Amino acid sequence: MSEIKKHDTPMMEELKKGPFPSFVDDIEQYGEKHKKQACFDLLGQLELSYKHKETHWKHGGIVGVFGYGGGVIGRYSDQQDKFPAIWAFHTIRVNQPASKFYHTSALRKLCEMWDHRGSGMTNFHGSTGDIILLGTVTEQLEPVFFDLTHQLKMDLGGSGSNLRTPACCVGKARCEWSCIDTQELCYDLTMTYQDELHRPAFPYKFKFKISGCPNDCVASIARADFSIIGTWIDDIRIDQEAVKAYVGGELKPNAGAHAGRDWGKFDIQKEVIDLCPTQCMYWDGEKLHINNKECNRCMHCINVMPEALRPGTDTGATILMGAKAPILEGAQLSTVIVPFIRLEPPYDELKEIIENVWMFWMEEGKNRERLGELMQRVGLANFVETVKLKHVPQMIKEPRSNPYVFWKEEEVEGGWKRDIKEYRERHPA
Amino acid sequence: MENRITDIGPPYYAQFFPPVIKKNYGKWKSHEIIEPGVLKYTSETGDVVYVVRVGTPRLATTDYIREVCEIADKYCDGYVRWTTRNNIEFHVTDEETLRALKEDLKSRKHPGGSYKFPIGGTGAGVTNIVHTQGWVHCHTPAIDASGIVKAVMDDLIDYFESMTLPAQVRIALACCLNMCGAVHCSDIAILGIHRKPPLIEDDRLEYVCEIPLVLASCPTGAIKPATVEIDGKKKKTVRVQESRCMFCGNCYTMCPAMPIADGEGDGVAILVGGKISNRVSAPKFSKLVIPYIPNEPPRWETTVKWVRKILETYAKHARKYERVGEWAERIGWERFFELCEIPFSSKTMDDYRLAYDTYRTSMHFRFTSHVDIK
Repeated sequence: MSEIKKHDTPMMEELKKGPFPSFVDDIEQYGEKHKKQACFDLLGQLELSYKHKETHWKHGGIVGVFGYGGGVIGRYSDQQDKFPAIWAFHTIRVNQPASKFYHTSALRKLCEMWDHRGSGMTNFHGSTGDIILLGTVTEQLEPVFFDLTHQLKMDLGGSGSNLRTPACCVGKARCEWSCIDTQELCYDLTMTYQDELHRPAFPYKFKFKISGCPNDCVASIARADFSIIGTWIDDIRIDQEAVKAYVGGELKPNAGAHAGRDWGKFDIQKEVIDLCPTQCMYWDGEKLHINNKECNRCMHCINVMPEALRPGTDTGATILMGAKAPILEGAQLSTVIVPFIRLEPPYDELKEIIENVWMFWMEEGKNRERLGELMQRVGLANFVETVKLKHVPQMIKEPRSNPYVFWKEEEVEGGWKRDIKEYRERHPA
Repeated sequence: MENRITDIGPPYYAQFFPPVIKKNYGKWKSHEIIEPGVLKYTSETGDVVYVVRVGTPRLATTDYIREVCEIADKYCDGYVRWTTRNNIEFHVTDEETLRALKEDLKSRKHPGGSYKFPIGGTGAGVTNIVHTQGWVHCHTPAIDASGIVKAVMDDLIDYFESMTLPAQVRIALACCLNMCGAVHCSDIAILGIHRKPPLIEDDRLEYVCEIPLVLASCPTGAIKPATVEIDGKKKKTVRVQESRCMFCGNCYTMCPAMPIADGEGDGVAILVGGKISNRVSAPKFSKLVIPYIPNEPPRWETTVKWVRKILETYAKHARKYERVGEWAERIGWERFFELCEIPFSSKTMDDYRLAYDTYRTSMHFRFTSHVDIK
């Protein structure tokens, strides 16, 4: 193996200082140990970017593996003479297991493969959820894919105008609030729609995210075109003895989340009752009362008193749609489309909704138009009708204030075909 | 195409569950944060599991992952998980192992002195910064990601390792306004922005760009088709009406012949007040309060200073459970600017489409230092 060339990187050196884990130190240690020129060339190019305050990656790059239309992000340096080991530096997205539990036997195999076939650098994880293998050359893409599928039993994630890799919160694996089986649903949707994930057939990207409760720990409402958020329709379960233990100071509010500062003695009136957004709670000094009919299930009281309050047991999910980042028409959060749906395998009712939405968007969506933008363009009411769902007040925050209402001809008595002569018989000009 | 395996999807999640997780799946009863970075979950079966959460730089080598494996093998029967904010969580079932695990994690440092696995990120503190590729891998960034995140987290490590804030504070970074990740819905967000219109490479554009896509990529309709003559040959290209361009860079995403990056022009904008959870108030978008801070590699001192200033002003004034956005809305944004000592700028006033909804159509405001009283 030829000698490793290190670049002069004084600004990278600065990023070794300070207490938070230094990616520079990690990359440099790795590069030295494994004699990886790519590590030093990456730090060298990053140093140059720090000097110029501009990126040194060329625009775009279309690479991949046979049979798939996505999963690999091609990238080429614009300083190939200076940093030849990263002249091509493609990223491979690997579909993570739902909620990102691993066993080291699998991780070690992945590391060995990546040492051998790539830069040794990764992101754990990409924002959508994938394991990111950061940096390899085009010739290694097929061998990486072969090793992933044959030896590691792993597949690529999504990129491009397709279904991206679904992700979920930790769910029932380790949370007492999860109203749905987030991992099972995430896995089922990922497997059901493998074709849509690997072979781009959509107007633009489409993301699923699944959270077990309205705390939304996977940020589904902000980061998925199709957001599935667990909820319940019966009463919050109350353990009155535990409520008293909070009031008496034996239990720490919010499970101790504020323990680093003296906020005074727990005050159930101030910290729970008065902060309830619907004002549907009442503490009589002995018992906690919740008017569940008025509760909007925001999770606050449950978050504050996890030993005393739990979500109901008649559970399902709310489906919201249309979240996206600003480009093109402005950022959107997902909006309520199905207030409540029960979710049990094989999730047929849910899949029918998904497929109706896709059918409409694939037909009507413009090039690079996210679902949320299509919903804006055709109007929420039209969208809901087209995907065969029912209009309900839960879909809106408030009724429209302008009177610019569309009626269909068949909704109006007598229709729209009128005769001016007939009108003039009643109203001479 | 021989021997090709496709469409197998991810590994089945449950094979990676630690035994205590598998056994108590769906049976968890409650949890407790016993100290910063350490959670205890209790099951209806009586089982308990302790979770130690540690910060990571997200960008990591296989050796770093191997070190995680070594720790997981030693204390956790080889099981480990990552969170939705790129922290790592180790699971143990007894206090003795918990103590040993914590000691071990605290002892591991890089040669430069940084901790490899700082314990924290729970409760009402600052947890890991969700961030993007920056100059490490992307072609459209206006700022770096990993470097700024390191600089900000070095400065805020005490808040990562403690729970002293009114509520959890989510910081996110995106290196351009594609906003990959969570910038549009975070308590404090660091966003890369440009301030110069794109360059136009007339001699190359028609060969590398689909002009209709370029025209359609502009949110303000600033791009028009054009024809130019170069060396006696007519070439199709585009023109940007500069007064209508707000430098989003989306045309460059579509067209490699319209580069926009500029060392002097580019920099950081700060947004605040977003949230995702439904707790008490509805999810909120973050709002732009500082329109521009120059790029200052390698340590971005001004950005770091403003993030701390906003965080500490919030910590001082907000009520228990109140997120940054809830606090700012309660006291009024005029008071937010005054308390944080952020100069108010015309740039923070919306002028895109539904901007009217963000104007003050009431008499309800506080007098602050911004108003000239003569």
